[in-house]
Amino acid sequence: MSVSSTTKPAVSMTERSSSANLSSRRLRGNLMFTVFLSATVISVVILAVLLWTILAQGWSWLRLDLFTNMPSRKAERAGLQPALYGTLWVISLTALLAFPIGVLAAIYLEEYAPRNWWTRILQTNISNLAGVPSVVYGLLGLGLFAEWLRLDRSIISGALTLALLVLPIIIISSQEAIRAVPSTLREAAFGLGATKWQVARDHVLPVAMPGILTGTILAISRAIGETAPLLVVGASAYVTFNPNSFSDKFTVLPMQIYEWARRPQDEFQGLAASAIIVLMAVLLILNSVAIVLRQRFRRKIRW
Amino acid sequence: MTATSTTPRDGRRAQTLPVDVSQATHSVPDSNETPDSSILSLRDVSVFYGQFQAVTGVSFEIPKNQITALIGPSGCGKSTVLRCLNRMNDLIPSARVEGSIRYHGIEICSPKVDPVEVRRRIGMVFQKPNPFPKSIYENVAWGARINGMKGKLDELVERCLHQAALWDEVKDKLKESGLALSGGQQQRLCIARALAINPDVILMDEPCSALDPISTLKIEDLMRELIATYTIVIVTHNMQQAARVSDQTVFFSLNEHRQGVLIEQSSTRQLFTNPQDQRTEDYITGRFG
Repeated sequence: MSVSSTTKPAVSMTERSSSANLSSRRLRGNLMFTVFLSATVISVVILAVLLWTILAQGWSWLRLDLFTNMPSRKAERAGLQPALYGTLWVISLTALLAFPIGVLAAIYLEEYAPRNWWTRILQTNISNLAGVPSVVYGLLGLGLFAEWLRLDRSIISGALTLALLVLPIIIISSQEAIRAVPSTLREAAFGLGATKWQVARDHVLPVAMPGILTGTILAISRAIGETAPLLVVGASAYVTFNPNSFSDKFTVLPMQIYEWARRPQDEFQGLAASAIIVLMAVLLILNSVAIVLRQRFRRKIRW
Repeated sequence: MTATSTTPRDGRRAQTLPVDVSQATHSVPDSNETPDSSILSLRDVSVFYGQFQAVTGVSFEIPKNQITALIGPSGCGKSTVLRCLNRMNDLIPSARVEGSIRYHGIEICSPKVDPVEVRRRIGMVFQKPNPFPKSIYENVAWGARINGMKGKLDELVERCLHQAALWDEVKDKLKESGLALSGGQQQRLCIARALAINPDVILMDEPCSALDPISTLKIEDLMRELIATYTIVIVTHNMQQAARVSDQTVFFSLNEHRQGVLIEQSSTRQLFTNPQDQRTEDYITGRFG
């Protein structure tokens, strides 16, 4: 019975200290909730202000003429058709080049590559490439594609440069998505006498594809807003014809925006704002294609 | 007092043991297996994970059309040995297998042998049911399709689901996800999936450890039916299961270097009624420690 008399106060002691502890824990919990909420609110509010300013400034300039006219020195006749076409050409080509190469490289690194020093060097290099400033890619593109391969200041030069720029992002995010596929799935498939390719094609890729597409969306969103590398590669700011082939000279929307925004007249500021709206719309449309694809892949997986 | 109150764990074991060997009444060729009746033959097999040697010098025979149970305490290398038999350890970069594993006389650990070919002949059912996130039909059909099976897949799927005693439960929902099934059904689906590639040997790595007793019994009955056509090797923590279901039992334990070693191998009846090694006896009577 001496046992119970010693345990009794011990129990109430812990109860008292835990209830005292509870109020401070609750306080800390509420505090953190406020911190998280304000972090979210801050980013959303800033975005909303940004959108509102752009819309207010550019809305009145958003006319049909804008899409059909060439750039002009007179603001009321100026349009962005060549820049819009240029952006569509360059981005489509960038995605067509970077997506397959990036995904295939990720499959190699995750499913095939032996875990040795050579693979580690490759991996480290890819991670570092993702952090290289985009203007450096521009210099590479100028030297490699425009001059050495004599592709000149063409759409293909720009697209190849942007593809190089986003390739590390696509590879790394695809690798993450592939790594997240449960290894039990691979074992099950290998246990049935499947080859690596059969496992990757039928099990790993379908499960990883939503994640891969998310990474690709982010990468393409980055590429569509890039100005610096294209400026270095030699996109022209003032183009008065639409590109018709890979080898044509071109401009893109961010360059057109820059060209207009640096002019002193208010009219051109409005034009720049309207071009920003167009750029965002293009981005949203491209991303929604990827999102629809992603949903389709998600539905196909029968978890 | 001393015998019953060593640890609570031993006490609990003592209630369920000794194993009821009357259940192990399958016709077992009692001694002197002729070498040609063995389908897989291990000689001095050791497995390393990097620097660590997990299994040391294991040799035993796996007879055709019988169930061989691998039992032993956790971490003694039962699953590791099992995974050697279809080169699953190849998937673990640091794993290395030494010694000889012959399948119908062919050295399957040789680098000249394609592990894909080995796994096509020696199928596997895993501890946790792992259906593909695809339809029930596709779960069964996939293995056959990738192995270039021509002919009627529908019939094959139906036959394999019948063999796995699952057909009646799923025949109206073949298009539904394999993961929508219960745990026991999922495991039978995995067995059906393994049968669909028409293997020679089926390896089962604790196939019932995640299942309730009724599902477990279903799978055990199924195993007894399957050995008419197949050879089964099962790893199990459940000694009653080994006693109920297997023809031959191999007991593993750890040596002083914490490496898995084979202690005793004999017919299940013999191993559970008259173990030759003190360590085996200690383990099957729950006095292991």
